Amino acid sequence: MALCQKYNLPYKMQEFLFFILAIICVGAVLAMILTKNPAYSALWLVLAFLGIAGIFGLLDAPFIAAIQIIIYAGAIMVLFIFVIMMIDVRKGLSPEKKKWTLFLSGFLGLVLLFELITAATGVFSQLKTVGTENIGSPAGLGRLLFTDFLYPFEITSVLIIAALVGAIVLAKKKENE
Amino acid sequence: MTEIIIVLVKIIFAMMWFLVLTLYLTWAERKESAVMQDRVGANRANIMGVRILGLFQPLADAIKMFFKEDFTPPFSKRFLHNLAPFISFFFSLVTVATIPFGDVLRIGGKTIRLQILDLNIAILFVFAMLSLTIYGVVISGWASNSRWTLLGGLRGAAQLISYEVALGLSLIGLVMVFPTLKFSAFVEYQGGLLFGWLPKWGIFLQPLGFLIFFIAAMAESERVPFDLPEGESEIVGFFTEYGGLKWGLYMFTDFMKLLLISCLLTTFFFGGYHLPWLYADGFHFPWGGTWLLPHGIVVLFQVLAFNLKVFFFCWMQILIRWTYPRFRYDQLMDFGWKLLIPLSLFNIIATAVILKILG
Repeated sequence: MALCQKYNLPYKMQEFLFFILAIICVGAVLAMILTKNPAYSALWLVLAFLGIAGIFGLLDAPFIAAIQIIIYAGAIMVLFIFVIMMIDVRKGLSPEKKKWTLFLSGFLGLVLLFELITAATGVFSQLKTVGTENIGSPAGLGRLLFTDFLYPFEITSVLIIAALVGAIVLAKKKENE
Repeated sequence: MTEIIIVLVKIIFAMMWFLVLTLYLTWAERKESAVMQDRVGANRANIMGVRILGLFQPLADAIKMFFKEDFTPPFSKRFLHNLAPFISFFFSLVTVATIPFGDVLRIGGKTIRLQILDLNIAILFVFAMLSLTIYGVVISGWASNSRWTLLGGLRGAAQLISYEVALGLSLIGLVMVFPTLKFSAFVEYQGGLLFGWLPKWGIFLQPLGFLIFFIAAMAESERVPFDLPEGESEIVGFFTEYGGLKWGLYMFTDFMKLLLISCLLTTFFFGGYHLPWLYADGFHFPWGGTWLLPHGIVVLFQVLAFNLKVFFFCWMQILIRWTYPRFRYDQLMDFGWKLLIPLSLFNIIATAVILKILG
């Protein structure tokens, strides 16, 4: 892989680090799903994010690794934890609702799985070609975002703004009642 | 093998520097506040009757903290409660790896960079680590299982996240002027001259960016004008349920952040290890005249210059801490979101326009 060639490290070391990080990621995500307390789940997810950042680092993409930590672990999850700790969800759902949510979550899970498989099969052939210079450097990424991918980038930001404004409007309405 | 030893020695030196200075910042804060309030300050701690201005006070404090009972409240979430202070401490300490203390040192055919890790994305690394210190605040507030500490923790998290935005945006102007994210390159860019005599330091190119960064960084350090997460005296903060060494870790983290901010300010805006007109072979004054110096002396000057600037900013921050009263919470949020962030956005646009005009 890329990092080995760059710093002249033994390949085994990279493999070793990868498996440690992968175990952390998968373990943390499993723990997230299996713990009952949502606050603990959120903290496990943070650990998973840190593991993913480490894997990005291994792929010689330190910029994405840092952004992964700053945005997901440092900002978004803090806000999630913020809310979870504030409202302190202890009670589960009522039994009637539970049936519904089980059905719904199963259905959504299947849809997500299907989506993931279709997305993943497209890139299986390219798995060996990771770690070009462009992935690693902020300048390369920035150039791509503002030239080739300008429209998707801007549309995504408009989507996020729309979600933000919607959240504020919803919150405001309740205040007035 | 020698390279590994060199790196280890660098790590040990940098950490010693960081921790010892942090320890003595507690003493400096006491003394400076005492002078400001016309008191004597801590001067009693002595070893065999020798008490040099009370310089042994931090050691006495440390010993006291070590021997205090390590009490974990029975109602707390034990594991997280114990983990939280170490999260804050660890992620603050790690940032010292990126700080450049000087240029390269050449000894016996080896060139050693006086910096542990010259990362390509050093700025983002520091921000990432700083954003992870928030977990120390949030988890301690929640794991203590008391509603007052929970509120303190949430106050702290909200403040830190809000000011992180301004902190990041204020640096974008600087990155536009010095096109890099590497600390060593930042400092190298600042080695040049403006108009042939003025050192090309960040503060002369980005005065507004400097102000915003300074204020936002002080908010990150949770000290007095911005100490709402802790509120030592009146409002209950997130580490109320901690005692002994674990409380000490939180206090230590505050001072570590103070020192880190001084290092960052020096690196970004005050030329890092550069003395004005000092180059790799000695001084070249703009009014003509040179003073050539051997390599070792130049490196020594660089390290001393860096330390001097860092001490200046530590002094300055302690001065500010003992001068201003605390913000009210809504004032704090207004200040961050309605003043600092728009100003930093304006700074980015203004920088872009000026850069475009200058070509």
